[in-house]
Amino acid sequence: MDGFHDLGGRQGFGQITVEGKKEPFHADWEIKINAISGKLVARHIYNMDEYRYAIERMDPRHYVGASYYERTFTAVATLCIEKGLITHDELNAAVGEYVPISHGKKVGRVTPNNLPELKIGDTVVVKSDFVPGHIRMPSYIRGKKGVIVGVSPEYPFPDAAAHGLTSNKQRTFDVRFRSADLWSDGADDAEVHVGVFHAYLEKAE
Amino acid sequence: MQDLNKRVSALEELLKNKNLIDDKTFPDYEKIVTEDWVPNNGARLVAKAWLDPTFKEFLLADGKAAASSFGFGMPEHHGSLVVKENTDQIHNVICCTLCSCTAFSIIGMAPGWYKDLDYRSRLVREARSVLGEMGLKLSDHLKIRVWDTTADTRYMIMPLRPSYTEGWTEHELAKIITKESLIGIARLEEPYTTYDFNRIKSGV
Repeated sequence: MDGFHDLGGRQGFGQITVEGKKEPFHADWEIKINAISGKLVARHIYNMDEYRYAIERMDPRHYVGASYYERTFTAVATLCIEKGLITHDELNAAVGEYVPISHGKKVGRVTPNNLPELKIGDTVVVKSDFVPGHIRMPSYIRGKKGVIVGVSPEYPFPDAAAHGLTSNKQRTFDVRFRSADLWSDGADDAEVHVGVFHAYLEKAE
Repeated sequence: MQDLNKRVSALEELLKNKNLIDDKTFPDYEKIVTEDWVPNNGARLVAKAWLDPTFKEFLLADGKAAASSFGFGMPEHHGSLVVKENTDQIHNVICCTLCSCTAFSIIGMAPGWYKDLDYRSRLVREARSVLGEMGLKLSDHLKIRVWDTTADTRYMIMPLRPSYTEGWTEHELAKIITKESLIGIARLEEPYTTYDFNRIKSGV
């Protein structure tokens, strides 16, 4: 999904504030919701791809105004409800007010057959895939050309795992893009590397 | 501002009643994030690599195995640790445009600013400007390499060893290697260092 979470290259944001934001946590409840989520993942209630997708399904108006750990809470609450551990009414009653959760899931997909043979040094193009469900490809590389500079071991395919689908694992490739190729209308000169799942790539002609 | 404390407590109680979490879930995790998953882990790996070329080769070739040799584990969904070396020509920096992925068991939990929408949106497109705004005004000759953490590969930056650390021990070296330098928004050598290294060296 082309969601609001997919922020790379999006304009209009401001100066980064470091002071007062060096620490990972600023309140006990932030540590607590991470602790709860970690335990539920360890118990195989949900996986990390389902967790990411649950954050990405937040209404954009909620997402942009929520703190990082409010997004964590929203994902955990949404998954607990979707997995049938609790009901939304139960949660609202326990809190004493309506608690917003994420929008519902769309359709996922499994790993396509016949992935191209790829190796370090190959020039590749990121496929122009538009999918309704979870995808772990930042949209700023869609359709762009880059060069493979690294290969990592096989992982579950997020487009399937986030939807509870069983699918072949696949490698990911560190792909190097030139910032000028990503944003020809203006970007600071840099090499931008993205970890890209095999199924998102094809060999350049 | 929503009362998130109340919401998290309510969810915690509901899940405790279903025996999905217990009284130890929070304190156990708090202990891990404050005592085990600390940037000193990454600092120790880098300090060792600065002094031992064989270990440096190992760390750059297979970060996860090198970290494991120090007893530093990584979660199952962190498939590999890729270490990128800063030189006098190259500056590397990490981000996660999609959320907040980091090698948190090695470099510590992601700081607040790393997870802010501003850093996530801007770094990939305006790296030199963003680093400058954050206090790292890079010389024009340094090439910038950004690493966007969008898969299960995790990254750590190996800072350039500063010349003022000549003769320092591994322990002394590890003390100056900050989380910011392991992410790549800071460099440790002159003229970029913000540290009074004489004071650090003497431990005052």
